[in-house]
Amino acid sequence: MIALLLRDLRLSVRAGGGFGLGLAFFLIVVVLVPFGVGPDRVILTPIAPGILWVAALLAALLSLDRIFALDFEDGSLPLLATAPIPLEGVALSKAVSHWITTGLPLTCVAPLLGFFLNMAPGAYVWLLASLALGAPALSMIGTFGAALTVGLRRGGLLLSLLVLPLYIPTLMFGAEAVRRGADGSGVTAPLMLVGVITLGCFALLPFATAAALRINLR
Amino acid sequence: MLQVNDLRCARGGVPVLERVSFALNPGEALILRGPNGVGKTTLLRTMAGLQPPLSGTVDYPEGSDAYASHADGIKSALTVTENLTFWAQIHDRSVPETAYAAFDLHDLRDRLAGTLSAGQKRRLGLARLAVIGRSVLFLDEPTVSLDNFSVRMFADWMRDAHLGQGGCAVIATHIDLGLDVPALDLTPYIAAADADGGADAAFL
Repeated sequence: MIALLLRDLRLSVRAGGGFGLGLAFFLIVVVLVPFGVGPDRVILTPIAPGILWVAALLAALLSLDRIFALDFEDGSLPLLATAPIPLEGVALSKAVSHWITTGLPLTCVAPLLGFFLNMAPGAYVWLLASLALGAPALSMIGTFGAALTVGLRRGGLLLSLLVLPLYIPTLMFGAEAVRRGADGSGVTAPLMLVGVITLGCFALLPFATAAALRINLR
Repeated sequence: MLQVNDLRCARGGVPVLERVSFALNPGEALILRGPNGVGKTTLLRTMAGLQPPLSGTVDYPEGSDAYASHADGIKSALTVTENLTFWAQIHDRSVPETAYAAFDLHDLRDRLAGTLSAGQKRRLGLARLAVIGRSVLFLDEPTVSLDNFSVRMFADWMRDAHLGQGGCAVIATHIDLGLDVPALDLTPYIAAADADGGADAAFL
């Protein structure tokens, strides 16, 4: 499993690996918002948490279809399926590598981008905390979606339609935590709910992902 | 070592082969022959456990099988050594020096796999089999895009290093590998057209 994780990380930083693509997308979307809604601080400050979360979510979505598609195209996937590593382990490893290449960098730069949107000073730490708790769930849910659509031509669009509704709970509670942090009201409840969703995803979805892969490999 | 009993398998819900039975002892191999579309790949995938059989059984020691398809599972952004090392690690092994020698990959070790020719890629894909140490091999057209010299190299490895060490193999191929092993023509095993078990049966 570690070998698979290291290989995927190595591939992502090699030519054509797409590392940083999601990050650049995140940056551009967030920078575009002030151009769209105007630089008025009164408007930007309250919408900043929501914009940052939605942008992070879309950036995570961008690289989902590569998770299994590349291994499917070059024939690695059936070889991995007959290897000693269980498919559940493959699923988990893929989700973790997606998080390291996409979710983790997004989490790190998000507070920086909060400046662009004039986010309330109290919200920065909660933005970091909610993304740190929620982004792994985005990767795990996305890995499940990628397993469902692997092997489909132009599966990327279908993947977005499948995955985006599943992102709603994480988005709701994540953005709510940041908003409450900005107001100075209690953030514990939404943060805990984000954490619960993430833990639940990692407990259940590797099995669902492996089942979807087995069906799609037939 | 490998025991196939009355196997019936389907492609896309349509039965293609039935009544397939054979057994291989350690050191034995079987060549699958038959026209395109007869179900060689389907049979190999079924035996490798990638799809369930409609009926019948396939028995071999748990975790001893390996499957190699038309696609080699090679990452073009990794070097030859990195590709082989990855598959070795997945199987908890290290890359033996003999794997490079057997498939003439010594001079290519540090080349990116993406810069290899089709035949060289194929040799790398076959070298994977020498690295993972599995004893029951299911090979689908292993010699596609190999020149005569490389085909002999593959046959030598198969005879000396794999079968000679007690492994066994089922190989679907159209060419003569120069291996002294029996061939099984699949044409007599084509499933009857009116056989049930198709995907529609439940809806009619």
